[in-house]
Amino acid sequence: MTAAASSVPAPSGDAVARAAFWLPVWTLCRRELIRFWREKTRVLGFVASPLIFWVVIGSGYGDLGFFFPGALTLTVMFSAIFSMMSVIDDRKEGFLLSMLVSPAPRGAMVLGKLIGASVLAWGQGLILLAFLPLTGLSAGPIEILQLAGVLYLVSFSFSALGFLVAWKMESSQGFHAVINLLMFPLWMVSGALFGFSSAHGWMQWLMRVNPLTYSTAAIRRLLVAEVEAGTPSMTVSVAVTVACGILLWGASTMAARRRSTHSSA
Amino acid sequence: MIVTVDNLSHSYGSRRALSELSFDVAGGSVFGLLGPNGGGKSTLFRILATMMSPGGGSAAVAGYDVDREPDMVRRHIGVVFQNQSLDKKLTVQENLHGQGHLYGLSGAGLSGRIDDALDRLGLNSRRADIVDTLSGGLRRRVEIAKALLHRPRVLLLDEPSTGLDPGARRELSNHINELRDERGVTVLITTHILDEADRCDRLLLLHEGKRVAEGTPAELKSRVGGDVVVLEVSDAGAMQARLREKFSVQPQRVNGTLRIEIANGHRFVTEVVEAFPGAIDSVALHKPTLEDVFLDETGVGIS
Repeated sequence: MTAAASSVPAPSGDAVARAAFWLPVWTLCRRELIRFWREKTRVLGFVASPLIFWVVIGSGYGDLGFFFPGALTLTVMFSAIFSMMSVIDDRKEGFLLSMLVSPAPRGAMVLGKLIGASVLAWGQGLILLAFLPLTGLSAGPIEILQLAGVLYLVSFSFSALGFLVAWKMESSQGFHAVINLLMFPLWMVSGALFGFSSAHGWMQWLMRVNPLTYSTAAIRRLLVAEVEAGTPSMTVSVAVTVACGILLWGASTMAARRRSTHSSA
Repeated sequence: MIVTVDNLSHSYGSRRALSELSFDVAGGSVFGLLGPNGGGKSTLFRILATMMSPGGGSAAVAGYDVDREPDMVRRHIGVVFQNQSLDKKLTVQENLHGQGHLYGLSGAGLSGRIDDALDRLGLNSRRADIVDTLSGGLRRRVEIAKALLHRPRVLLLDEPSTGLDPGARRELSNHINELRDERGVTVLITTHILDEADRCDRLLLLHEGKRVAEGTPAELKSRVGGDVVVLEVSDAGAMQARLREKFSVQPQRVNGTLRIEIANGHRFVTEVVEAFPGAIDSVALHKPTLEDVFLDETGVGIS
């Protein structure tokens, strides 16, 4: 390969000299929020789904307190991951293309989308959290802030997971299939439905390798004074949750950076 | 040369989309890539727009290699896709604002550019409209305004006339010429529409990923000798033989019609009609078009 145009003087023109990072992040994040706000059915679902969830769990189970942490994680993980279906829409509608041919760093593009989606998911989690007094559990202001922090981390991680799955996906049907296959088992063996003490040996092992177990444990520890034996410690729980977020974020950025040699994007 | 393409090749699996293609585009001109769909135009477009790495060879835009320095290329190109790339749920203004941010523009500078772009394309009264509510022609104009916001040196347009009515096409072409004349923007257009190709300063004809011909529309058309006569007959095969025999011409069969290139076509028309009374359903005589150039070189039509 030769540098075909090395003889051409570098243009000084009016072109943008610096590769801005935070401006694209901000604008893409804002875009997610505006789009959400303009779609009134989404807004309705946003408020209603945690409430319905709440009613179902409230009337179906006796032990509201035990299921509350799992309900929180389920709410934010679903919201975050399904927000990322917008990646598939962006591709279909062509918007993604104009991002890809712009000089905005791919990392900024990914981060903007992730923040947009995770803030929305987080908001949904906070709505459910507002029902805490009805669960019989209690938490002080510090714990509430910590809870909000953990919920945001979970939202962010699942946004990144959603991005990874959606990035190479052609259709939203395919996305649903993969996500359902991935999400339910992940949630069910996270300590959301049953604790360590009631699980078989091999199930306990599965729970230990499931990263979501640690997020659920962190939430449980912040809400419940005495957790059952075997629940991971707060430090380990938060560390694993943060590590997962960073890992998935990095993986999404890597995926978006890879250039194609055959497809249209 | 603001765009240089050197020995560019690309394959999708075993299908060859571009074959050792080389050409240059001079700055401040409107350059057209003309060919039928599937001829390699879109592949070339994707490579020049840095959406895809080429399989072999190289290409440079504004002095930067599209494969090795895509970020530098991206700062100097504005891209208008065949399918729209606007966010339909946002307003015209919001779309332009977001685009500016992607290019690191912000504040009063960006607002000024947005006003300017909207003015230039006559979109001022539409700035608060949601894109979803706009007609195809208006959307295409917003796309162009969007692509020009960062004042690129090269504007890449993929089949810009698709889905536009003749009025909107003419308007689009006027905008493009204005850009070239007033700002010295180089415009690269892919098209399979003859009208649009005719309005380019220079053309590259592409067929099956290979160069067919290159030149100004007038130069290309002058390659076809004289006039073109097209005969519609019921039995094309028999008539082909009879014409060869009687007039020693070489009629080409195109979609059931017979096409003959000949000097002094008007004389030939009268002769041929008189020679075969009743055998000819219709006769057409025209000056060579780009379609004729293409037919001559490849044996197939563009559209």
